[in-house]
Parts: sequence; C-alpha cells; structure tokens
Amino acid sequence: MTDDQAQVRIPRQPPLSWRIVLRVSLAGMQRRMMRSVVTVTCVVLALAFLAYMLVLADITQALVELNDSKLNILLSERGVDIFAATQMDAMTLLLIGLALLTCTVGVANSMLMSVTERVREIGTLKCLGAQDRFIIQSYLVESTLQGLFGAAVGVLLGCAVAVAASSATYPGYVLSSFPTAVVLRSLLASMAVGLFIAVAASIWPAAAAARRRPVDALRVEE
Amino acid sequence: MAESLISIRAVTKTFKLGDQEVRALRGVDMEIPKGAYVSIMGPSGSGKSTLFNMIGGLDLPTSGDVVVEGCRLRDLDSDQLAWFRCHKIGFIFQSFNLVQTMTAQENVAIARTFAGCSYAESMHDAAEVLKRVGLDHRLKHLPSQVSGGQQQRIAIARALVNKPLIILADEPTGNLDLKTGQDIIDLLNEMKQAYGVTIVTATHDMKMVSASDLLARIRDGAIDELLGKDQMNVTIGTIDGESVA
Ligand SMILES: Nc1ncnc2c1ncn2[C@@H]1O[C@H](COP(=O)(O)OP(=O)(O)OP(=O)(O)O)[C@@H](O)[C@H]1O
Ligand SMILES: [Mg+2]
Repeated sequence: MTDDQAQVRIPRQPPLSWRIVLRVSLAGMQRRMMRSVVTVTCVVLALAFLAYMLVLADITQALVELNDSKLNILLSERGVDIFAATQMDAMTLLLIGLALLTCTVGVANSMLMSVTERVREIGTLKCLGAQDRFIIQSYLVESTLQGLFGAAVGVLLGCAVAVAASSATYPGYVLSSFPTAVVLRSLLASMAVGLFIAVAASIWPAAAAARRRPVDALRVEE
Repeated sequence: MAESLISIRAVTKTFKLGDQEVRALRGVDMEIPKGAYVSIMGPSGSGKSTLFNMIGGLDLPTSGDVVVEGCRLRDLDSDQLAWFRCHKIGFIFQSFNLVQTMTAQENVAIARTFAGCSYAESMHDAAEVLKRVGLDHRLKHLPSQVSGGQQQRIAIARALVNKPLIILADEPTGNLDLKTGQDIIDLLNEMKQAYGVTIVTATHDMKMVSASDLLARIRDGAIDELLGKDQMNVTIGTIDGESVA
C-alpha cells in the first residue's frame, strides 16, 4: 500500500530539453577554454593529416587521368604509379590509421581528465536533481561541438596544404583539372570521421562520470 | 508535538571494505517534526554524514527505513529520487561545492533549471534568492572571487531556490571562522523562518546547537541522547566540553 502511495506522490524527474543542455555546455566550455583547446587541437591535427592525404591522392589521380605525356613523365619522376586505379596504397592507409588512432586516444584522454577534474561537480549536480542522462548529454554536446569545429578547421587546413603542395609540384596542371566533386566527397568523409572519433572517444568517459553515485563522488578530495 | 516530517526507523548501514565490515549506523530511530531545526552532533566518524545521505536519498540503509512525508525512500527509482532531491531537499556542504566555472547567479539558477524552469525564470529566481541572502551585489562573480562565507551564502541560496521541505547542512560552518560561521547560522535561522523549511545540520559547533529545537547526539552509529530545546540549556555545558575532544 505504502509502495503505491509513494509511486503516486513522487513523480519522475523529467529530462531536460536539449536547448538547456546546449546552453549549460556552451557556458562551461567557454570558461574551461584550455581543456577545449586540447581536444580541438587533437582533432585538427589528425583531420588535417587525413584530409591532406585524401585530397592529395584525389588530385594526383585526376592528373594521372589527364594522360598528358609531359605530365606523366613528371608524375613518374615523383614515384607516382600512373597505371594504378587509385593513389591510396597500403602504407598511406596505415599512416592514416595511426593518425586517427592517436587522435582518438588524445580526445579520450582529454575527456577523461575533464571528467576527473569535475567528479565533485558532477556529484553536486546530481544532489541538485541532475540525472545521469544530463551528465552524458552535456559531455556529448561538448564533444560534438569540439569535433565539428576541430574537424572543419583540420579538413580545410589539410585541403589547403594539399592543393598548395601539388600546385608547386605540378605547376599549371592542378587548378585547370581540379577534381572538385571528388575532393568535396573526401572532405565530407573526413568531417564525418572526425566527428565520429570525437563523439565515440567521449562516450565512455561520459558514461563513467554519469554512473558514479553522488555519495562516492562527493567523498573524492580535490 | 507537530506531525513528523522525517521518520528514521531502525536504520543501519554497513559498508563492506573487502572482507571487513564497517558498521557506520547501528539502528538509528528518530522523528523530525516539520519546521524543526535539528542539530546532529557527534565525534568524527560517528555516522553523521552517513545518516544525512540516507535522509537526502543519496544512499539506502542496509536495513530499516527513512520515510519523508509518508513516502518510503526505498521505494523510489532513480528518476524519482532525482525529483525528490531536486524539489524536497536542499543540500549544503562543508566545502560549499559550488561549480567553479559558474557565476553565483548561475550556480543558483542551475538548481532551478533542474526543477524544470526556463533559463530566464531560473536566472530571475536565482537573483531573488541571492538578494535574500545578501549577495545582490555579487551575482556575476565566480566562486573564486568571493569569500568563504559568501560562497556558503551562495550555497544556501542554491539550496533554497526550489523551496525545499528540508535543508540538509553537513557541517556548514566547518570551513569558516567563528564570526562568519555565526553569520551563516543566523542566516539559516532567518531562512527557516522565511521559508518554513525544516533544517537538519551536523555540527561540532555549540552556537549552531543553541539555535536548534532538537539536538541529537550520535556516537558510534547510534543516537546517544535526544534533547528538546528546554532540556538543552541544562546539559549544554557538558556537551560543549565533550564536543571539543
Ligand atoms: N563509502 C564508505 N565506505 C566505507 N566506509 C565508509 C563509507 N562512508 C563512511 N564510512 C565509514 O562510516 C563511518 C561513519 O562515517 P561518516 O562519514 O558518516 O562520519 P561523520 O560523523 O560524518 O564524521 P565527520 O565528522 O568526520 O564528517 C566512518 O567510520 C567511515 O569510515
Ligand atoms: Mg561527515
């Protein structure tokens, strides 16, 4: 009997709207700028590398497909396989894989530190009525924004370097036969990868932070 | 006597550390009437904080029950407990526990936001309560930019902003000097009158005790002595002497 009464009297805490979560997360990120900068830098560097490799391969392949005899000599001198269907070899893929792995670890590490720094804060918020959901949401919002921003900057940077480098190597050819559609596809793919890494790497730290019971969190000394 | 707001019924709590057991509470019974100011006093490690965690719905007793307003906390799921903490309880901590990256106003407003208020409403209500605790000139300051006493005032405002039933203050003056501690106690008393909340504090501080309606002395996880306001003056000397130890 008392069980039923209790169920009736105490409602369930409703979840907060994404707008509120966004607002709280944005304010927090602004004031913890240094932490955000570390995460964003990880993403920028890895994504610049990824975009550089992809775009360079796209451009080189477009030049190969021109089948210009003078250009083919130039390409062969640079060690380009002018008979290959793609310019992505195993070594390049390995390098890209390593760069992305490093980035994932970097972002996860930065997120873990941000969780550790804020154990008491998270415990306090839960005493005030925050649900696990809110804690996870705010970390996800944070990493999504950092991932988007870092990926955008990194991808543009990598693309710019790739265009500049190939223009210097094959003067006069790159801009006239620029494979815009293919490059755009590579850039979008890179963006998606960057965003995925940033979010995936922060899910585990966020869940660990949210699951901690406030009694235990508040016992942690700062 | 007024109706009982909080019933603590044969509450025990045992912590397991490996194969060792720590019996933090060994059967606590207590009735706390609505609107009372209760002080819980006892040496370090006697189980005060553990008892607070039970009342605030932060932890469950190993056996026994805590019943608030007729509702058994054991029966609530985690979302109901979140609602309960948000609307019924105001926590005040020894180390203030403010969010360092939020201004005074935001620290108070976030509690209001958890209660479902919009950002504008929350900020408005936060400013109102901060005014009542005498901090209307510190709204935009970060916790690191104000004194300890002022930080505790922010925490009191945060605890009050959702108009809770109960304020749970675990050694609220523990990190403050005598004068500031006295101010905080006076403020709590004033807020008790203004908001009609029930206040439960843990303290080593005699000044805190003389302000209270009910004094529970706890030792080794059990209530040693329960004194009403009229009984307190008689024994206050001895309590004072022992509390220093
Ligand atoms: N999570 C825990 N795990 C193991 N033991 C615990 C835990 N929490 C409390 N204890 C033990 O329970 C006992 C009571 O602790 P509690 O924190 O309630 O004391 P207290 O009266 O609040 O002391 P203080 O005045 O120092 O704050 C202590 O012996 C403590 O070591
Ligand atoms: Mg304690």
